[in-house]
Amino acid sequence: MDDIRKKAKELLESHAVDVVIGYGEGTAGKVRAIFPRKAEDAEKLIFDGRCEQNLAVYLLKHEIKHMGKKAIVATTPVMRSILQVASEYQLTQDEVLVLGVSPEGKYVEIADFAAMEAYLKTQDFGIPAKDKAILDKLEGMTLEGRWDFWLEQLSPCFKCYACRASCPMCYCTRCFVEVNAPQWIPIAANELGNVEWHLLRAMHLAGRCINCGECGRACPLEIPTHLLTFKGVEDVKEDFNVVAGTSASMDSLLSSYKADDKETFIR
Amino acid sequence: MADFEPKVVAFVCNWCTYAGADLTGTSRIKYAPNVRIIRFPCTGRIDFMLILKAFGNGADGVIISGCHPNDCHYTSGNFHARRRWMVFKRLLDFTGIDHNRIVWSWVSAAEGAKWAQIVNNTVEEVRQLGPYENYHKAALKPLAKEVNHG
Repeated sequence: MDDIRKKAKELLESHAVDVVIGYGEGTAGKVRAIFPRKAEDAEKLIFDGRCEQNLAVYLLKHEIKHMGKKAIVATTPVMRSILQVASEYQLTQDEVLVLGVSPEGKYVEIADFAAMEAYLKTQDFGIPAKDKAILDKLEGMTLEGRWDFWLEQLSPCFKCYACRASCPMCYCTRCFVEVNAPQWIPIAANELGNVEWHLLRAMHLAGRCINCGECGRACPLEIPTHLLTFKGVEDVKEDFNVVAGTSASMDSLLSSYKADDKETFIR
Repeated sequence: MADFEPKVVAFVCNWCTYAGADLTGTSRIKYAPNVRIIRFPCTGRIDFMLILKAFGNGADGVIISGCHPNDCHYTSGNFHARRRWMVFKRLLDFTGIDHNRIVWSWVSAAEGAKWAQIVNNTVEEVRQLGPYENYHKAALKPLAKEVNHG
């Protein structure tokens, strides 16, 4: 941790970056994202087991995006997010400096995107066992069983869009869900509107989700919304051998194709 | 159930399947009148949400049809669509939406007879499945579950 703090301080002192995105002490024993812009504020940076949030989301937020050059405390999911949004032409290597953190909490020197790609090759991207268990359980259910499960799970959703706000890949300045001429997704609290919103989100993240699980953590009602995109992560790996966030120059899954994509259902 | 007539919505591309359906008509081939055809410029234009909208508005089945691979008027629209459907179908399966009610097909402008067959088969299959009440119910129902903010 001292390494990260020291490095952040150096970067701010030398004006190599204008802002550092990192974790700091919040209230009630929780951590929060902090954005030191002066060298002395780098002291407030922390890193421990509570620092789970995917900070990459801030890189493309309007308020931070225009602050100049950024350094970011980056765990594996953050690095994957960076590569994914870079592959979508939302971020370039010159805009961001990465202060890598290994899963053990050690500082990792990452020079550029190529180094990040190489480092990520050594990392595990697996879906957490707890979530995998639910996915497997759902797999064993009938179609109706799954429909009932999701209606029940999604019914408390009041579309606060915290899942969207917390996702580094949901950076569109105008989201489909706000299209109201015609009203694309019903805004009233009804089951169908909830189903449509969550399916839309999952589809728009197909081949792009890097399974950080931030949407599920951000949900104030603890809806396991991350499972929808996690399933997509497994599916696209199986069908297309696509793993999001592994390269800054990969094609987007749904805006590319292969003439020999294999399906079994078109008559 | 005996007098259940399925409502089927067909999303078809302008260049192949719509012309194919025209050929079915000019060839005087009769097929089930349960289908409502909606013409799109290309299968690539058919947003996945439109399928859900069809079910939400009372459809019991959906047909999606366009040009065969390599025949797309816009070169690659159907290839993009095919990828999207591959992803979408698995997502529907995962969320428990009855994808057996959705029929995907390639029907060219010369396949008038195939179009009649696709429609007839789909209508029969959906007739067996019955009305899609699960989805229609959800479309009308306000939220049932009370939220505890404790």
